[in-house]
Amino acid sequence: MTTSEITGHAVAPSDELPPGGARAFAVGDRMVAVFRLRSGELRAVDAVCPHSGGPLADGQFDAKKVICPLHSHTFSLADGTCLNGDRAVRTYPVREEAGKIVVTAP
Amino acid sequence: MTSGVKEHLVVVGNGMAGARTVEEILERGGGERFRITMFGDEPYGNYNRIMLSHVLAGEASPDDLGEIYLNPLDWYAENDITLHSGVRVVRVDRFAKKVFGNDGTIEAYDKLIVATGSRTYFPPMDGMWVDDKTLTPGVFGFRTLDDTTAMLDYAAESRTAVVIGAGLLGLEAAYGLMQHGHEVHVVQAGPVLMNQQLDEEAGGILRTVLERTGMHVHTGKRTTGLRAAGGGVSAVVFKDGTSLDCDMVVVTAGIRPNVGLAVISGLTVERAIVTDDQMCSVDDPDIYAVGECAQHRGEVYGLVAPLWEQAVVLAEHLTGTNPKAAYHGSRIATKLKVAGVDVASMGVKGPERADDEFVRFAEPKRGVYKSVVIRDGKLIGAMLLGDTKKVAFLTQSFDRGLPLPEERVGMLFELGGPSEEQGAAEMDDSVQVCNCNGVAKGDLVACVRAGEHSVAGCMNATRAGKGCGACTPLVRDIVEWAVAESGGEVGVDESASWYVPAIPMDKPTLIAAIREQNLRSVSAVLAALAPEGEDAGAKMPLTSLLRVVWNGEFVNENDARFINDRVHANIQRDGTFSVVPQIKGGITTAAELRRIADVADKYSVPMIKITGGQRIDLLGVRKEDLPGVWADLDMPSGYAYGKSFRTVKSCVGTDYCRFGLGDSTTLAVRLEQTYQGLESPAKMKLAVAGCPRNCSEALVKDVGVVAVGDDRWDLVIGGAAGASVRRGDVLATVTGHDEVVRLAGVFMQYYRENGKWLERTYDFVPRVGLDELKAILVADRDGIVGGLEERMQAAVDAYRDPWQDGPEPSGPGQFANNLPLVPLPIVPVGRAPDGSLQASSAGRGPSAGGVFEGAQA
Repeated sequence: MTTSEITGHAVAPSDELPPGGARAFAVGDRMVAVFRLRSGELRAVDAVCPHSGGPLADGQFDAKKVICPLHSHTFSLADGTCLNGDRAVRTYPVREEAGKIVVTAP
Repeated sequence: MTSGVKEHLVVVGNGMAGARTVEEILERGGGERFRITMFGDEPYGNYNRIMLSHVLAGEASPDDLGEIYLNPLDWYAENDITLHSGVRVVRVDRFAKKVFGNDGTIEAYDKLIVATGSRTYFPPMDGMWVDDKTLTPGVFGFRTLDDTTAMLDYAAESRTAVVIGAGLLGLEAAYGLMQHGHEVHVVQAGPVLMNQQLDEEAGGILRTVLERTGMHVHTGKRTTGLRAAGGGVSAVVFKDGTSLDCDMVVVTAGIRPNVGLAVISGLTVERAIVTDDQMCSVDDPDIYAVGECAQHRGEVYGLVAPLWEQAVVLAEHLTGTNPKAAYHGSRIATKLKVAGVDVASMGVKGPERADDEFVRFAEPKRGVYKSVVIRDGKLIGAMLLGDTKKVAFLTQSFDRGLPLPEERVGMLFELGGPSEEQGAAEMDDSVQVCNCNGVAKGDLVACVRAGEHSVAGCMNATRAGKGCGACTPLVRDIVEWAVAESGGEVGVDESASWYVPAIPMDKPTLIAAIREQNLRSVSAVLAALAPEGEDAGAKMPLTSLLRVVWNGEFVNENDARFINDRVHANIQRDGTFSVVPQIKGGITTAAELRRIADVADKYSVPMIKITGGQRIDLLGVRKEDLPGVWADLDMPSGYAYGKSFRTVKSCVGTDYCRFGLGDSTTLAVRLEQTYQGLESPAKMKLAVAGCPRNCSEALVKDVGVVAVGDDRWDLVIGGAAGASVRRGDVLATVTGHDEVVRLAGVFMQYYRENGKWLERTYDFVPRVGLDELKAILVADRDGIVGGLEERMQAAVDAYRDPWQDGPEPSGPGQFANNLPLVPLPIVPVGRAPDGSLQASSAGRGPSAGGVFEGAQA
């Protein structure tokens, strides 16, 4: 893989994610869940729970973690580790640019 | 004590009690303080008497007796213990502080422990002895290693054995000899086998089981003599004049403490050597007694567990490691396998007072008997034969006086759920404890070993008990057991009383704070009351609570709701949803059914299922289709997804049923219409039955109503038939539909305000107590019923069908598909005309990309 493949993807207008909102987006060939924390900050992790495929964007979350809605596996939004000691999810840089949410992924 | 000079500790007796006491002393640094000398009149190291049964039965080889030794001779040398084996102590000179051995050995002592144990009791009878010391050939006790090996030698040449005494030891001897192909007769003078442990009925069942294995059992037969022929025993003779031919006799008619030494040495002996709470003789502050030769508070124990407890106390006392060490007697609980049959017993065998509770179960055909005796709500005795699965629970209750389940039968059997099928200790590490989240015992144990010592901490880390919650008691048992095993203390879990994580308040305090500070959204509650900031796990229960406190008047934040509550449907394993429209009382119409069928066609619903709640479930609906499905159904939500009032089942009642006593359908529809969708700590399932035949299963519902005639209805609460099974309790019998609806509402509102998060009524009702609930809700002891009615009415008035969300979503992306890109599971949907199963899969795909595979045509 070459460095040029690391790119930013504008996935949605900023106002599609109000505080407390979360959505899954296709970013390249990946599915990424983007969360808008109550503080207004954004976080992005894999959209799919590695345990049994649950949609993490449908999970409940706070400033630090998200809980999968299927079996309550819990993941750190900071580094993706599974707080139950199971497999981790990947995290992605996410920012806002010109009114759009931009996720950086390979 | 002069430093450098050790006191001399002499132990008379090298059996399980004596050696165990020395081990305990050494473990406490007693080797620094004492020079230790032991006398044992058997010429061996210390061995495990309990194993003798296995040796006799050939389950442990007599040639390989290494296994039976607790401490081989090396152990004594390693620990600088002088062992006089094969030497019997014949006298103690208490004034010179010396002991005298039968081989001339003299040892002076500073402290003396008498652990002479006990011996076989040979009842006086003709023909037993050849002379004062020699038994008739072929007659054996069953107590020592020598007894056992002699019996094995003799058994090789004999065919028919009589065992006198049908206690534990007798049955073990009989079982052992049967393994050598002997015809074995067990003779008991009294009517009951194992009468120390079993009552008459249990003894009878055990007898049947043993006879099935080929053992001959004779009860009510008093043996008065033995006959000999050809230099060996040839028959036993009974008091009734009959006799039984045999060529071998084992006497297991009891044991007697060895107290001869104590008597001639001037110690007080009643049934055994009398000791105080430090196991010290009452006559001499330097002489102690421990084990089967000791009598403490009138009790002489013949089992190993009390002996170990005594050994610890004595060791702590002698080494000074615990100056307060005191033995208070033992509660005897035994669990053993006798002749291949599991037996457990503890405490008393039957009721002793008029108001003792006595619960029994007998299944003679399967060889199972169980009973418990309860006094003042505490277990004081239990007996299990053939099935000892509940022994761990019962032993704990017995030892610690724990509160008992209100349904006593739960003490004898597991009533659903995986909980306590085996005790925490006996379970294999691989046994799955939490079936919802796939957590095994080993996962919990590993969590404890990693340093987590609180129950809640282990539950959080492993997610055990975070599903349906039915395994929580077992999880608690395992964690407590594992913590105890690791030598720790179970962490005090101060958050256990909190309603939600992050807010250190119980539910009533939290409700008061929310009202007082006028907090109208979950984010506001967390900002005001959570010292460490928000916690995702607190949001869903807080949303539920705000709805109870403010009814409609609060800000419903999407992120504070579980996905099911955000989209008013139940998320499925593949990320699709199930849609259940309201069908009140299970009564529908042809028009509704047609609409449901049309919706299923239009949205290619892969599966349509009739639910247990008398409704119709459309499974596999895609999230983005939900608003369309609702609009086309044009039926209200059935709330099959929420922690809320769900459904009211009914039977056809007086409308058509020829047995109906009450109009159950009208009442069911009215209950569902009134209380539809109410938020509650956990789901509430209801039912109305038109007669006590209970076709709608009202007795196992959170709230059930059963017609008993003349428009009278039993209102039943706290039933369950899911992960736990519990028959509901009758809160009251009331007259008329109005009163049923009112009182059901009073109960449900009280539960809404006082139930813990996710606490089902089947836990809530026993926790509060039926009598207490009757006093509060029926008799209005505290004068709060009016308030409950008012607040319930306000909640009812605030009801709004959530499926009206469709036209006006509560935020962007409410129905956006967040499904992962994984292949769909194949769901069988029906049979093709040729009989083959057809499969279907719903389409799914990323949302922003707008790519949706269509459902298969």
